[in-house]
Amino acid sequence: MKRYSVFAIAKEALNYHLGWEKAWASPAPKKEYDAIIVGAGGHGLATAYYLGKNHGITNVAIIEKGWLGGGNTGRNTTIIRSNYLQDSSAAIYEKARSLYETMSQDLNYNVMFSPRGLLMLAQTHHEIRGYQRTAHANALQGVATEWISPAKVKELVPIINIDGPRYPVLGALYQARGGTARHDAVAWGYARACSAMGMDIIQQCEVKGVKTENGVVKGVETSKGFIGTKKLGIVVAGHSGQLADMAGFRLPVEAVALQAMVSEPIKPCMDVVVMANTVHGYMSQSDKGEMVIGGGTDGFNNFTQRGSFHHIEETLRALIETFPMISRLKMLRQWGGIVDMTGDRSPLISKTPVGNCFINCGWGTGGFKAIPGSGWAMAELMAKGEPGALAEAFNMWRFKEGQFIDESVAAGVAH
Amino acid sequence: MLILECPYCGVKAEETELSPGYEAHLKRFGPGSSDTEFEDYMFARKNPKGVHFERWRHVYGCGKWFLAARCTATLEVFGTYPAQSAEPPADLQAKIKAKRPDWKGYK
Repeated sequence: MKRYSVFAIAKEALNYHLGWEKAWASPAPKKEYDAIIVGAGGHGLATAYYLGKNHGITNVAIIEKGWLGGGNTGRNTTIIRSNYLQDSSAAIYEKARSLYETMSQDLNYNVMFSPRGLLMLAQTHHEIRGYQRTAHANALQGVATEWISPAKVKELVPIINIDGPRYPVLGALYQARGGTARHDAVAWGYARACSAMGMDIIQQCEVKGVKTENGVVKGVETSKGFIGTKKLGIVVAGHSGQLADMAGFRLPVEAVALQAMVSEPIKPCMDVVVMANTVHGYMSQSDKGEMVIGGGTDGFNNFTQRGSFHHIEETLRALIETFPMISRLKMLRQWGGIVDMTGDRSPLISKTPVGNCFINCGWGTGGFKAIPGSGWAMAELMAKGEPGALAEAFNMWRFKEGQFIDESVAAGVAH
Repeated sequence: MLILECPYCGVKAEETELSPGYEAHLKRFGPGSSDTEFEDYMFARKNPKGVHFERWRHVYGCGKWFLAARCTATLEVFGTYPAQSAEPPADLQAKIKAKRPDWKGYK
């Protein structure tokens, strides 16, 4: 792998840019691997990357039905934060956020991490109490957040209307090191680094079945034939239930559609991320100037990657009340993704009833921010066969025991 | 936009008039059941990519609960029927089987 640098650009500029190599290879699958990861999204690629980097396992294939980064990794609103209430959530999301800080240097790929600050608005008295509690919990967990006044909110976000008629802004939970990153670049950066370590990224290859012998994984049947493996990691978000079905176990997961949209580009007007949970919408401004807006999930099972129209109206109606100046903006694009929801709205990073088969799913409406931490914890689980401190609480048996990691606010929105 | 016909009042209601209630024909477990039975009932809900049976409530209409058969992969609605049904009506099952020959039945 040739390193990207200012010198490389200068050299290529003198060479008509003919010397750039492909960022990753597209090899044919081998007969067998030490580990196969199903799903070349952010979480799958991060898992592969940390398997190689932290545990020295590089005989790895990452199998993808479509193209890499083409699922929810390319469909989210790119928000990164770690202001969670429960200790196990704060630990893994803060690990992820801290890895984002150095990701561009680590991967030698610009993921455009922008720690621009993130506000979660309190617009009811319940939320004031809730966020003050979270701020105190974060102080104990070592996550830098603070409770700020409405005046400070207005200072950080001049376009906000803090004394709206229905839901005035009563304060906010502020995480100064939260922000956004370029979502596609995260997948591409990991893919390039994995490929450089000798891992095989196999796209356009759908898994049709999981082969087990005596309750232990032996390989996967795919549209490109059988591929053997010693260990299998299932990291496929929306279709986790289908993969679990092939392997012969059930997951406490349901798939629903979540939508997002962007407006036409405008001049810079908001340099933080704002989440308004009571009125159910969140917004940031991309480098291109588009307002990036996320909304709510549908209340019914859905695999179509498109959500219900009325959610768009509800989300925009709520945001116009909070940001009156966006009322005449035209929405440019709208899309949906299939998110996998668990009973407590926290993810699974877990062993499964099948030997040497591991699952990473259930990130629901908030997976992008967790990608590096999730990959770190999943790689540790796959390499050692047992979960480390980050993954331990996220096992799939917690529902039977009633040991929920009850966030119910995976996207910071009231489900 | 999802449109379901309420089997009680006959109104073709679009989804803002309805409230979703997730999986239909659940067998409920409570006190006296094993941990596994309760966990299966409470959390391990069916999540098929294809034919799915759901509870819906005509909340901004007659207010009654009813059941619907729907395809989660295409959003096609096969039909609706009263909530008092122990299993999907035979004619509805036959209609689904004709449209989805691979369908393995509602259980």
